Amino acid sequence: MMKAFETFRGVVMPLDRANVDTDAIIPKQFLKSIQRTGFGPNLFDEWRYLDHGEPGQDCSNRPLNPDFVLNDPRYAKAEILLTRHNFGCGSSREHAPWALDGQGFRVLIAPSFADIFRQNAIKNGLLPIVLDEQTVDALFALAGGVTALEIEVDLVTQQLRPSGGEPIAFEIDAFHRHCLLNGLDDIGLTLERADEIAAYEQRRQQQAPWLFASPASV
Amino acid sequence: MAAQHNSPRTLFDKIWDDHVVRTDEHGTVLLYIDRQLVHEVTSPQAFEGLRLAGRKPRRPEANLAVPDHNVPTSDRHLGIVDPISRLQVETLEANCREFGIQLFDMGDPRQGIVHVIGPEQGFTQPGMTLVCGDSHTSTHGAFGALAFGVGTSEVEHVLATQCLLQRKPKSMLVQVEGALGRGVTAKDIVLAIIGEIGTAGGTGHVIEYAGEAIQALSMEGRMTVCNMTIEAGARAGLIGIDEQTIDYLRDRPRSPKGEAFEQAAAYWRSLNTDPGAEYDRVVRIDAASIRPQVTWGTSPEMVVPIDSEVPDPDAVADPVKAGSYRHALTYMGLKPLTPIAEIGIDKVFIGSCTNGRIEDLRAAAEVAKGRRVAESVKLAMVVPGSGLVKEQAEAEGLDQIFIDAGFEWREPGCSMCLAMNADRLEPGERCASTSNRNFEGRQGQGGRTHLVSPAMAAAAAVAGRFVDVREF
Ligand code: SF4
Repeated sequence: MMKAFETFRGVVMPLDRANVDTDAIIPKQFLKSIQRTGFGPNLFDEWRYLDHGEPGQDCSNRPLNPDFVLNDPRYAKAEILLTRHNFGCGSSREHAPWALDGQGFRVLIAPSFADIFRQNAIKNGLLPIVLDEQTVDALFALAGGVTALEIEVDLVTQQLRPSGGEPIAFEIDAFHRHCLLNGLDDIGLTLERADEIAAYEQRRQQQAPWLFASPASV
Repeated sequence: MAAQHNSPRTLFDKIWDDHVVRTDEHGTVLLYIDRQLVHEVTSPQAFEGLRLAGRKPRRPEANLAVPDHNVPTSDRHLGIVDPISRLQVETLEANCREFGIQLFDMGDPRQGIVHVIGPEQGFTQPGMTLVCGDSHTSTHGAFGALAFGVGTSEVEHVLATQCLLQRKPKSMLVQVEGALGRGVTAKDIVLAIIGEIGTAGGTGHVIEYAGEAIQALSMEGRMTVCNMTIEAGARAGLIGIDEQTIDYLRDRPRSPKGEAFEQAAAYWRSLNTDPGAEYDRVVRIDAASIRPQVTWGTSPEMVVPIDSEVPDPDAVADPVKAGSYRHALTYMGLKPLTPIAEIGIDKVFIGSCTNGRIEDLRAAAEVAKGRRVAESVKLAMVVPGSGLVKEQAEAEGLDQIFIDAGFEWREPGCSMCLAMNADRLEPGERCASTSNRNFEGRQGQGGRTHLVSPAMAAAAAVAGRFVDVREF
């Protein structure tokens, strides 16, 4: 069940790369887990640590890559990820938003996101915000300062309020906004439509009966 | 279905319209899903979700499950050695038993990569909506099915409701005109398209492929093209239904039989795009201009023809792009302007849901026949896409051609496409691979992947470097 999204102010971590793929967000060896949680310490594993990570390992003793932005103390408590276009491209693994969520990220800002990733993020209560390249550039300039940039994220008014900057309006699909704000369980919502689904199946079965033949009888 | 459609519609429009259960006030559609393929990596949390909520699959028979990502490709009688991988596969078996879903287990001759077995079984059919917790579900669009990858929450949603909440994507037509040159394959077409439109070029769209060069492809070739649609950012690729599509499906285990097949085929034929139907975007590509492709970087859009060089980031105007080029070249251990034909390789992987079908193996075997894998190549492996592909290849003697040439002949699965099992690259190793992703670490941490067609991979194995298969 998704948690409801409330207005908050958080630190921004700038990840200045385009096309960050899901293999980079969470490498495949961690996909062997049958759990939904515990992926946070392995977020960006190959960039974040200097050694090779394996599932089930205690990450607190692993050698950190000092050049990777996530290991910069300014961004230790970051809840907002600022990045470049096509973030989350690649596989459909929902482990990617699970890992971002596990690390504490709640909002992602980029000029574009890969479709499946964006969908998965929303299903897990993460808010992906698309802004134009120029605005993203301006935020990168602010985020690289000596003190980390903080932004207040308000989904009700669809505004970002950077500390010491002008508010930025953002667009989001009305249904996604509704689900995020209310923390809705969309399987439950769909099940309320069971009668309509059954009616569809009946109509469809007349038009295309072979779609409903059971495997044993075909 | 009751609605009247007077204006011309695309194949995508027709499939979409036939699956709308309802549309809400936000314009979100409750879309009916006919089929779901299930594998071990993206399903355990979905089944767990059902259990926790006390829910059951709405139509268990609309699902088909198979382990593929974690399975070993050698010494299979020993089972899965890695206990975490084994648990994941056993969890799939237990879930399928509990929820009444058909499973091809590791010992079943029909086991293989989900996207190979769906079409092989006739589980994939034209006009269907089909999903799987796997981005390469786009493969099935080769049959004129609307097929796309979903996350685990959506796997659960489909299990519980047989529906998904979706907004209708935009449509794009990619028209590949003319005929391909000799030695140029479906893989080269799709790599060239990705090179042209970029890895985000199809974001938010469903791509329909059309044109003479697409029509001329076999079903296997069409699957290769649709498979890599996700690498262009589009969730689904589609190809119109023709007699070849219908013939492929005749007599498949899960295809309709007899009268029902003819009835289905009549419906399938009615789904093709109407003359005059419009797309949101159209891209045209001249097939004759496509040469065999080789990727040089860490994104499938970083691709060039075999007879050219690694690009120079200094010549790239866009600073973000130049930055990713530099980053990619460092990772790949390549210098700008190196001719592709001078890049030596350590390993070769022929397989995956992109190029693990019988026709792919035939193309690679034709090149390998009577030749030897170069001394400098540490490992060249051929991994059939399914048990049935393996049987067929062995019946044709392809396994012997590969073995005689020094390739390893393995059991079916995803294998080194993503290296979740024991098949992987060591840091710094360079691989000619027929798979679909050259991301950092995809084939093993620090591994360097170059994507090519099966014939190009076999030629690289023999030469120990990339070579132009047209001159081989
Ligand atoms: S072969 Fe590769 S791309 Fe295809 S399903 Fe398996 S891991 Fe995914």
